[in-house]
Amino acid sequence: MAAEHAATHAPTAGEYVQHHLHHLQKNFSFGNAEQHSIVDFSVFNLDSLVYSVLLGVIGCFILWRAARNVTSGVPGRFQAAIEILAEMVETQAKGVIHNAASRKVVSPLALTVFVWIFLMNAMDMLPVDAIPSLWHSAGPALGYMNYMRVVPTADLSTTLGMSVSVLLVCIFYSIKIKGLGGWTHELVAAPFGDNIFLYPINFLMQMIEFAAKTVSHGMRLFGNMFAGELIFMLIALMGGAWAWQLNPLSGGFWLGFGQVFAGTVWTLFHILVITLQAFIFMMLTLIYVGQAHSSH
Amino acid sequence: MENILGLVALACGLIVGLGAMGASIGIALMGGKFLEASARQPELMNELQVKMFILAGLIDAAYLIGVAIALLFAFAKPFAI
Repeated sequence: MAAEHAATHAPTAGEYVQHHLHHLQKNFSFGNAEQHSIVDFSVFNLDSLVYSVLLGVIGCFILWRAARNVTSGVPGRFQAAIEILAEMVETQAKGVIHNAASRKVVSPLALTVFVWIFLMNAMDMLPVDAIPSLWHSAGPALGYMNYMRVVPTADLSTTLGMSVSVLLVCIFYSIKIKGLGGWTHELVAAPFGDNIFLYPINFLMQMIEFAAKTVSHGMRLFGNMFAGELIFMLIALMGGAWAWQLNPLSGGFWLGFGQVFAGTVWTLFHILVITLQAFIFMMLTLIYVGQAHSSH
Repeated sequence: MENILGLVALACGLIVGLGAMGASIGIALMGGKFLEASARQPELMNELQVKMFILAGLIDAAYLIGVAIALLFAFAKPFAI
């Protein structure tokens, strides 16, 4: 909608934000599609998929390079940095998962999750219009829609997909450690006690716990990154309002200054947010898998 | 139409304001307790600091989700007729 308008007149603030919040969507026969309801399984967000896979490959490649060139002698700066990272994850894993065999799988998983989410969140650090404006000239020429969002974690599909994967890992470890029978017994007997009359209530509580854990796990990352991205857009609008005025020096001068100032401050604060959110996602993955190991 | 715009603006203010209040109280309580605890037992400081940051992120997250929803109401206009 905003794309056609933008051709005839400069977009208003609302149109600008709406246009930037639109995913490049495709349906499963790879035709251009648009999402019409909040839950729509007939489309997928091509931009989130491409960026998340690309960043995952980059993250794995960096870690693989570090592991290839590892030396037992004096480590270089690169190796030392990766070692600090891996050791940090391993220490956290030791604190919550008391099972050396599972830790062999789960702590590399947590390291991957941390690096991957950090890289995806770090896409927020790019200027908010840089890639979308490149796509504005390249995309329509290639027959794509003129939409592009570069932060994959500001897409609910990505974050809920990851939190559901964590849930599947938890269920896998529950069955592996306690056995199918033990886990089923825990499902119906866990919070209130092993009594036939309490089974339905226990089961209901367990289901609520699983749902709440998974949804809040995904929503937390999404909410943080989405809010961050929106605030970057609002900051960009300040400079936009400055540039749209006929005489830039007439009264909107401070808006241009405001964009630089607010953009710097928010970017610096955002460095903390993206690292913290990646760390929290990793920590909660470890804690949930650790909970799957403990029996009630 | 103006009625709806006004109500949405009020709702955004309430979401951000009340959310900020709750998050500030939460962070303040937790930070105070953290300082108190690490003054009593300084050797536990590093361990507690990690947990404090996790909880700070958890408390912050509920508020930031609220901010995201408020901004969505303000700019994406889901209630527009």
